[in-house]
Amino acid sequence: MGAGEGLTAGAAQTTAVEVVDLAVTPLRELNQRLHDLAGGRPGTRHWRVLNPNGAHAVACGIDADVEVEVAGHVGYYCAGMNQLGTVRVHGNAGPGLAENIMSGLVVVDGNASQSAAATGRGGLVAVNGDAAARCGISMKGVDIVVRGSVGHLSGFMAQTGRLVVCGDAGEALGDSIYEARIYVRGDVAGLGADCVEKQLREEHVAELRDLLARAGIEDADPADFRRYGSARELYSFKVDNAGSY
Amino acid sequence: MASRPWNLRESALFDRTVIAEIQRAAREGIYDIRGFGAKRALPHFDDLLLLGASVSRYPLEGYRERCETNVTLGTRFARRPLELKIPVTIAGMSFGALSAPAKEALGRGASEVGTSTTTGDGGMTPEEREHSKILVYQLLPSRYGMNPDDLRKADAIEVVVGQGAKPGGGGMLLGHKISDRVAEMRDLPKGIDQRSASRHPDWTGPDDLEIKIGELREITDWEKPVFVKVGATRTYYDVQLAVKAGADVIVVDGMQGGTAATQNVFIEHVGIPTLPAVRLAVDALTELDMHRQVQLVVSGGIRTGADVAKALALGADAVSIGTAALIAMGDNSPELEEEYARIGSSAGYYDDWQAGRDPAGISTQEDELAARFDPVLGGRRIANYLRVLTLETQTLARACGKSHVHNLEPEDLVALTVEAAAMARVPLAGTDWIPGRNGD
Amino acid sequence: MCGIVGLFAKTTEIEDSLGTHLSAMLGQMSDRGPDSAGVAVYRDPAPPGASKLTLFSADPLQDWDALSAELGNRFGGSPQASIRSSHAVVVVDAEAAEAEAWVRGAHPELRVMSAGQAIEIYKETGRPEEFVRRFALGDFRGSHALGHTRMATESRVTTEGSHPFSTGLDLCLVHNGSLSNHNRLRETLRREGIDFQTENDTEVAAGYLAWRIREGASLEEALDGSLEDLDGFYTFLVGTVDGFAVLRDPIACKPAVLAETDDWVAMGSEWRAISVLPGAAEARSWEPVPGVVYAWERAKV
Repeated sequence: MGAGEGLTAGAAQTTAVEVVDLAVTPLRELNQRLHDLAGGRPGTRHWRVLNPNGAHAVACGIDADVEVEVAGHVGYYCAGMNQLGTVRVHGNAGPGLAENIMSGLVVVDGNASQSAAATGRGGLVAVNGDAAARCGISMKGVDIVVRGSVGHLSGFMAQTGRLVVCGDAGEALGDSIYEARIYVRGDVAGLGADCVEKQLREEHVAELRDLLARAGIEDADPADFRRYGSARELYSFKVDNAGSY
Repeated sequence: MASRPWNLRESALFDRTVIAEIQRAAREGIYDIRGFGAKRALPHFDDLLLLGASVSRYPLEGYRERCETNVTLGTRFARRPLELKIPVTIAGMSFGALSAPAKEALGRGASEVGTSTTTGDGGMTPEEREHSKILVYQLLPSRYGMNPDDLRKADAIEVVVGQGAKPGGGGMLLGHKISDRVAEMRDLPKGIDQRSASRHPDWTGPDDLEIKIGELREITDWEKPVFVKVGATRTYYDVQLAVKAGADVIVVDGMQGGTAATQNVFIEHVGIPTLPAVRLAVDALTELDMHRQVQLVVSGGIRTGADVAKALALGADAVSIGTAALIAMGDNSPELEEEYARIGSSAGYYDDWQAGRDPAGISTQEDELAARFDPVLGGRRIANYLRVLTLETQTLARACGKSHVHNLEPEDLVALTVEAAAMARVPLAGTDWIPGRNGD
Repeated sequence: MCGIVGLFAKTTEIEDSLGTHLSAMLGQMSDRGPDSAGVAVYRDPAPPGASKLTLFSADPLQDWDALSAELGNRFGGSPQASIRSSHAVVVVDAEAAEAEAWVRGAHPELRVMSAGQAIEIYKETGRPEEFVRRFALGDFRGSHALGHTRMATESRVTTEGSHPFSTGLDLCLVHNGSLSNHNRLRETLRREGIDFQTENDTEVAAGYLAWRIREGASLEEALDGSLEDLDGFYTFLVGTVDGFAVLRDPIACKPAVLAETDDWVAMGSEWRAISVLPGAAEARSWEPVPGVVYAWERAKV
């Protein structure tokens, strides 16, 4: 099953699914069982989590090729440090969604709160609703695709990776950005220090098309986006940049 | 050689160092960045004295009567607390700030005597994990190199809120030290000046820190102790909040704590000295009934076994060394005087760790310089130095009649100055007076 | 640092069960605020010409009946004190400002927690679950309520230091965050005649709003003013006689979630606090944009 499929509908249930109800099962048990699958150990590959009710750290620290569907809203740090796993949240996510994700896929049907995909180093984080402030803060290689809008200071100190926003972006986009690339289709309320609009060339259009496809977004034309990146003026401490520090 | 005329008087306010700095600022237009900790004189453990044995208190015999030094860190929640043989650990210093062989040496030396080292603001290197038997892995605002595999390989996790040299500031590494390897580990372009965040990217405040610590525990299945490190400022509140946020261990780093690169004004003018910080931290823990349940590690200017003993007497469970460890490995050694002179410095004064041109091969990323540093010899030096610190601490503790260094207590101390008496809350020697207590 | 919650009823069912829901919301926020808890409930408005005071006494043997008799003598009528733990609510036959001033003067040993037509403020040290039990919070019926669970940062854990702080008649404030210029501001406000009981930063914010409103600003203008005059990190939830307002500072590091259904509007520091409400799963939820005042009030008839 490719990442583009099943991003809005539930995953096709052709295999055994382990159902865990957080209203009766402690979160610790869910996470431990998911961790026990690391290193290719045998076990159920498909999980469904019920009644998250805003719990924190749901499905965090996964290190296996498993698929976890969460039926409801989650709190902070859902899928934190995810590696190889696929986590789908059928609801909203609190702050720090998929923070420091290493690889794999995390999808949120609803909105994501602050610092979504913070310091992420790989994989794909797809938000079908809006992401809030600081989306992609300090990102280090993750790809983030937001169907809606992102809040202020998104892409703050973004080092590498790609952030795609189909809606609008808030103030101070890409403040202090390094080498990450940001694409926005809607309005940008304001650009941060050292972040400038750059030319959308062929290779960027291709990159954008690929990212949108991987996120299952079919109704967005890459040509409608603008590209933003570092002006690279802050790469060496210079007195002339004193105003930016 | 003509000597300076005797009628010339230097200003205490505008002395030569200050004049040089003002003129440098005027030429370069940027603040002075340097390594090392606060260099100015501050109230410190030197201003306290231990009350040895007397007619009323009996000492322990050396050799035969044991004075134990072991410490357990992380008893509150972790399944596998750290068991250390000595109450001295190696503080967090990054690969990037230090060369790879230097990090290796720290690991070798610490392992030889049964204590821990700590990663720094750059991630975990394989050398350090391989050579350090007990390794504490830092989670900093930058999150350079952070990954769950290393988190799981670590023996403990240290959430860094701040450090003594720059409470409120972030990490700094200048372009010359961003080598290929450092750049790769930190996901940065080579050769640029690294900017670092001062706040964590995904939490702010103790209420959210509690949730973050919860996540770290969940990811690592509640095995490892979680430390919280703060630079000493509002230490009383910080320690209480760290306890409430769920810390197993709290590390308090006084303003004397070192750094590899920070603005000079930050180092010298922000934070409080280690001496009052220890007392405040212990007060905070005691009031929550958590002293010894949540362990306290103190750093910032620990140099000798006397510093160790006094910090323990004030209530710390252990101390941590940074600057002292680098010096033990050869930093500021007189043998390098000629080389220091060539880079505008001098043995005993060298603090340009940020420049990465260290002739000792410790705070550099230049292959040629780093190659001069022998990690095996460095490891031996660290082990020797740690042994001396431990022996000195034991000597003093035995003289005070203690069979375990943790039995040192504040009542074993007196102060030489009013400031130290007030800060440490111990009486001025020869008096009952503790300034500030009881409204006097 | 803290947890804050707010609930505004749009139907009589929710009004009738306001206390039950508020208790559940507070319980969800006890991890982030274990030191003390407090609520402001808007209910049972006093008749015109009369007003309601909530009073706190540190004395477990406080003679509230004697106080009620005194108030009856002074202002007329026969007020009855309605007692919950260390607090008592009394309806006085006088305007709120006058009643409050009299109590402060005649009984300095009591603390006036709130004054107005509908507001009642209860706050105490101890865990939120304890607080809910001690004050029988589940009983309350009312139009809207705010709640707070506290993790004290730079001031002591005391009853006075707990939130909500009352900023004026029928007005109150709960806060999650940490201000950085409150000490100088406190001195400035003192010179303007505002009283402070604690070293708490939130009390300064509450005093600032009270001062602005006293000087003629609307609640919205006062909140907009705080964006300029208050420095630091904050999510504010302000209660008024008609409803509540939410404001986040421009940097917006502290969390805030808003949610709305046909039956209620709710605010919480975390979704967990809102998840306990009926119909939460289908609610429209969103995060307040920093620097923008969000306000709900019931239509004035």
